[in-house]
Amino acid sequence: MDILVCIKQVPDTSKVEVDPVTGVLKRDGVDSKMNPYDLYALETALRIKEQQGGLVKVITMGPPQAKEVIKEAYMMGADEGTLITDRKFAGADVLATSYTISQGVRKMGGFDLILCGKQTTDGDTAQVGPEMGEYLGIPHITNVLKIIDIKEKSMIVEMDMPDTIEVAEIQFPCLITVEKDIFQPRLPSYKRKLTAKDKEIRILTINDLDDKDEMKYGLNGSPTQVERIFPPSVNKDREIWTGTGDKLSLQMASKLRELKFI
Amino acid sequence: MDYKKIDAGDVEYLISVLGSERVFTNEQINDDFSHDEMGGISRKPDVLVEVLTTEEVSKIMKYAYAHKIPVVARGSGTGLVGASVPVYGGIMINMSKMNRILEIDEENLTLTLEPGVLLMELSAFVEEHDLFYPPDPGEKSATIAGNINTNAGGMRAVKYGVTRDYVRGLEVVLPNGEILEVGGKVVKNSSGYSIKDLICGSEGTLGIVTKAILKLIPLPKKAISLLIPFPSLDMAIGTVPEIVKSKAAPTAIEFMQREVILAAEEYLGKKFPDNSSDAYLLLTFDGNIRDEIEQAYEKVADICLKEGACDVFIVDTDERKDSVWSARGAFLEAVKASTTDMDECDVVVPRNKVAEFIKFTHELQDRFQVRIRSFGHAGDGNLHVYVLKDALSEDAWKKKLSEVFEAMYSKSRELSGLVSGEHGIGFAKKAYMLEQYSHEYVELMKNIKLAFDSRNILNPGKIFQ
Repeated sequence: MDILVCIKQVPDTSKVEVDPVTGVLKRDGVDSKMNPYDLYALETALRIKEQQGGLVKVITMGPPQAKEVIKEAYMMGADEGTLITDRKFAGADVLATSYTISQGVRKMGGFDLILCGKQTTDGDTAQVGPEMGEYLGIPHITNVLKIIDIKEKSMIVEMDMPDTIEVAEIQFPCLITVEKDIFQPRLPSYKRKLTAKDKEIRILTINDLDDKDEMKYGLNGSPTQVERIFPPSVNKDREIWTGTGDKLSLQMASKLRELKFI
Repeated sequence: MDYKKIDAGDVEYLISVLGSERVFTNEQINDDFSHDEMGGISRKPDVLVEVLTTEEVSKIMKYAYAHKIPVVARGSGTGLVGASVPVYGGIMINMSKMNRILEIDEENLTLTLEPGVLLMELSAFVEEHDLFYPPDPGEKSATIAGNINTNAGGMRAVKYGVTRDYVRGLEVVLPNGEILEVGGKVVKNSSGYSIKDLICGSEGTLGIVTKAILKLIPLPKKAISLLIPFPSLDMAIGTVPEIVKSKAAPTAIEFMQREVILAAEEYLGKKFPDNSSDAYLLLTFDGNIRDEIEQAYEKVADICLKEGACDVFIVDTDERKDSVWSARGAFLEAVKASTTDMDECDVVVPRNKVAEFIKFTHELQDRFQVRIRSFGHAGDGNLHVYVLKDALSEDAWKKKLSEVFEAMYSKSRELSGLVSGEHGIGFAKKAYMLEQYSHEYVELMKNIKLAFDSRNILNPGKIFQ
């Protein structure tokens, strides 16, 4: 089974500061890392490969330094990696991004399964995965909690819906986005780092894509207008309950269930 | 020992100083105050009081001294050797409400705080100021004064040292109620005997710490850990001297075994990133620039691979650190949850003897037919070896425990080790310490105690009594 995992390089901090005047994220001096949600997608892919055989490929879109995130994927066990990069892709919103990546995916060949993290920690939209599925014309399921079974032509998954957890069967080729904690992601290996030092990273620019219409990429292809960027307000809401141990433990359990922690 | 029994008059006095809402007797005293996390001993105080100021502590001590009433000061009660258990009853002073951070002095790089500040509050506070308090014992809900009184160590001792190295000054209430300031914000001090250093590690027997001035250092901006799987524990621990020799200066070198990792997975309901190997080393490197840290760890990674490590995993982001260190932080609780009861041996041996000692505990496991689990600080020679009760009867357990402990402590003596690396002697480890130290050493300690506390009212029955 050939699997593609979409990954993204994000700032390695939970405290990105926003310039109060320009509204631009301050990224100076902040290291980058793989989007934490993508680690779960990559781990899922590697486990399926261990079970079913095949190859795990990764794709990312970003500036040239996004190569680092592909190296990180190699250190975790990915077989091949592609970076889609071009100045003309800059400023892309979710629509332009998902179109660009879907164009790149078409150049990488056929896949049985495309895996994405459920969202990124910088954009947080959770839209690129399903929009890619639409552009590629394949079925997709978001917020997958668990893979129940993998059959020859389809897979059965558990998906997290607002009020329910549903079980669905989806036919290959398909795209799924996975939830945090579907599997514990493995750590990058120093041994693999040594062997993958000179491993090739394929680069795709706009000239390599089928659709070379610049109006569909980057800022030109982005209908979203960002009016203002500002840090979210900090929510320090707390509830204090009083009562007996028996009563409080029941209350606690039902709250945890309501929040789907248990 | 001949102490005055607490009576209604004593309680009345305490209420006159503190008010009735901060004085507790009989059923008002929660059972938690009768024991710590493990010392194998429990007793409730006759009266429990909460204090908010140094003056209150001083008044209580003056009264107790005059009437010869035993007093124990207690922080969070997270000790492991029964040091905070009031074995003679009397008054227990709960210090945990004196928990204000008083001053961060960025010109002298010091932090002044009250004794009840928790370690986790302390580190979060100073890190917000880009400063660092390096001592890092596993129990983050311990109070700073508890840490000072046991001279707590923790995982970063390999590079940064222990609590005593970061205590600049103390305000102490002596057993007779007098208030004494020792040390200060000064960096150097050759002014007579260092009373401050005597108080550090005195397990609440010499004075009650009511204020501390700690030394801080600039916060290293980045840290990367390595999780290194080995086919066997021997091989893992055998590699440690090579790592030390490489001069790469990791902040921590921990070792752990698969069975403890599995226990932590079950306890936390969370998977560890790797559990396929028998033994692991966990190392941390810190610094300010990623490249510089990478250079240091690559040297060590190469050494480990050469010595037979299966791989070297890189723990470089917050998520990865959390997945590894949250398990490491839960080891003690996880092992505890896997059995009916347990006791701990916290010996410290020279670093090149760690492998030999651990191998010896494995032999003991077979010889005495008892489950023994260990993990700890391979980098500083401080081991935490746990003997588990499992299905043994209370009597059989007591007997077996004392045989196994006897064997371990005598092995530690043979290797020029000491009874406690960081948990102290308290009540539980007295016999083993007395076996090790000469008559002269013990007499010297007794005389020091006498000089501070001629009526022997402060935390009696501990260390050598």
